[in-house]
Amino acid sequence: MPSTKSFWRIIVPLPILLVLCSAHPASAKSHKAAAKAPVAVTAQNKTSVINIAYLGQTPLPPAVVSLLNPVIKDLGSAGAELAITDNNTTGQFTGHQFKLAHFTVPPKGDPVALFQQAINGKFAYLLTDLSAKPLLALADLPTTAPLILFDIANSDDSLRAADCRSNILHILPSRAMRADALAQYMMKKRWTKWFMVVGDAPQDQLFTEALKRASKRFGMTIVAEKIWRHQHDARRTTQSEIAEFTQIDDDYDVLVVADEQGQFGEYLDYRTWAARPVIGTQGLIATAWHPAHEQWGAIQIQNRFKGKTGRWMEERDYAAYLAVRALGEAIVRSQSNAAHPIKDYLLSPHFALQGYKGTPLSFRSWDGQLRQPVLLAAPRSVVEVAPIEGFLHPQTELDTLGYDAPETLCKMSKSP
Amino acid sequence: MPLSLRTTLLLVGLLAAQTAAQAETVFVSLEKDNALAVVDPIAGTLLKTIPVGLRPRGLALSPDNAWLYVAASDEHTIKILDADSLEEQGLLPSGDDPETFAISPKGDRLYVSNEDDSQVTVVDIAHRNIIKQIAVGVEPEGIAASPDGKWLACASETTNMVHWIDTQSLTVIENTLVDPRPRALSFTADSQQLWATSEMAGTLMVMDTSTKKIIKTISFAIPGISSGKIQPVGIAIDPQRRKAYVALGPANRIAVVNAQTYAVENYLLVGSRVWNIAFSPDHKRLYTANGISNDISLIDLDSQTVIKSIGVGTSPWGVAVRP
Repeated sequence: MPSTKSFWRIIVPLPILLVLCSAHPASAKSHKAAAKAPVAVTAQNKTSVINIAYLGQTPLPPAVVSLLNPVIKDLGSAGAELAITDNNTTGQFTGHQFKLAHFTVPPKGDPVALFQQAINGKFAYLLTDLSAKPLLALADLPTTAPLILFDIANSDDSLRAADCRSNILHILPSRAMRADALAQYMMKKRWTKWFMVVGDAPQDQLFTEALKRASKRFGMTIVAEKIWRHQHDARRTTQSEIAEFTQIDDDYDVLVVADEQGQFGEYLDYRTWAARPVIGTQGLIATAWHPAHEQWGAIQIQNRFKGKTGRWMEERDYAAYLAVRALGEAIVRSQSNAAHPIKDYLLSPHFALQGYKGTPLSFRSWDGQLRQPVLLAAPRSVVEVAPIEGFLHPQTELDTLGYDAPETLCKMSKSP
Repeated sequence: MPLSLRTTLLLVGLLAAQTAAQAETVFVSLEKDNALAVVDPIAGTLLKTIPVGLRPRGLALSPDNAWLYVAASDEHTIKILDADSLEEQGLLPSGDDPETFAISPKGDRLYVSNEDDSQVTVVDIAHRNIIKQIAVGVEPEGIAASPDGKWLACASETTNMVHWIDTQSLTVIENTLVDPRPRALSFTADSQQLWATSEMAGTLMVMDTSTKKIIKTISFAIPGISSGKIQPVGIAIDPQRRKAYVALGPANRIAVVNAQTYAVENYLLVGSRVWNIAFSPDHKRLYTANGISNDISLIDLDSQTVIKSIGVGTSPWGVAVRP
């Protein structure tokens, strides 16, 4: 090995595009904003350690519809662990060491109390695998104001709108992004007449709202909407029940289902009265990640993940992976490890994260949402990737999905 | 194709007349056919297809053109074929999942990037053993040996770095941060520059070998093609450093770059998802492996015209040309 000094020397690309970018910070015409490092990387003689906390809450066991859906104990955290390994492989050349500490509260526990007790003051970066309510309680603590909270669990549009917080970045696509992705595909297929079947869980209502918004944006017609009630009548069988339930007066092109918990949606396909495709939370779904996704180098991370964990990478693992990788990328490129400049960098036009989806990922400055393609997937294949070709946007086509800057309801000043 | 049939025939005729005396053979690895296609490009015919192992990707000829090396990724080995008979002569250890590799200018070593293991494997060809495995960034892919024998450069796709490895000590001396998801690397013939493509930023970067700094970043724009489709991969630079050719992946084009001024001069339409490219021995033609259209394109470089495409098999990946 040569002298340590030269070993750690990093050369940074000249910020050739920097002039252009700073002249029009919000108008980078293409989403190909290259990751130009804004500052020169200086010599690193010693390793700096970056401590990240992973705060999760064990969920209540879900209802089992299919034995094919395993209960995964390390959902999310396994993705974070893989990203730590990847960051540290890079870190050996840049003088960074990333460490992840896991904190889990039981289903009825209090994540805020655990934070106060074990995390506060020790970690500047936090991955939160929490539902919206505890997440907001945590984000509103005075002590978390200067931190960066990476939300890897929620798709709620409200967290990107009225309930947004400036210290939270959201990794998963919002419900609006998913609904827009599905609507773009249905528009491409000219499946313009929707029959909506909605579960009775509160989340299903939220996804239905997102779907209705998408139907308006893309000029779709909802010919009927029916709520699926969970009843326990011994005379009901799925075969007869669904055929009857899906007989409606108007013809429709596609059955759009909102059943986030997977309570009944899996039963719809092949049992409808009319032969129509099922799309939404079952059938063709909109997801950030899928085991069948292999394009753009995805096969490599799929193999790395499976080799490490023995299972396929799920959406939440992918979100946790991206959160830790985003942090790694920002720390290496900005050559800082203080939360404030890191966050500025993450939200800047220079930030470009490789997410195995063919286009660089970045954060929306107006609501902290990670801008990303959304996969449209059948159970064993990726059917299409949204944004779908032909849906145009003046800045980046990725912003045809979800709430764009002019539509945002997020006022970051709500944050403490 | 904007070319009329008559023009095509005329050009083919001219080309055949010019090159009748210097017939060349094109080898194409077929990733999904587990096979190697052997093509007579001048006649425009697929001569034969031979089984070559599981998931063949990178391939290269020895400097004396006697041996053809083919990475059989799913067999975790690099096969040595007699370039005349195409009989398998032996196996080289390669580390896990070899994808691309570079041959030292003397032809004594292979440098293999092991994508899943974040390392570069250095193989002694004569002794068929591994000299060293060098830790690099995540998902190393593009790899190039400088013609002067001094440097080995390797690009890590997820770490977004080019690692400069000294070929004497076989250690990483320096690292250059580059645009996201760097793919291919190519030294200029004088070893003074290293060119690299970034698939995600859609850029071509030119690095100075002495300073290891990026001296120029080149972007591509094609009317009617979204920028997301422009994913530069393979690079070929002519020995005089007059022109460089860059495969633009799903944009289905080869970009022609003036290697002195760095201006992008032309885009040539080839087959679908063009990744890897290779010159003819006289540097008058360029061959492109088109992964989705299952063919190779032949480009006449004097006229900058795509002369023909030749169907070869499923998922053409790499291309090597033997005089």
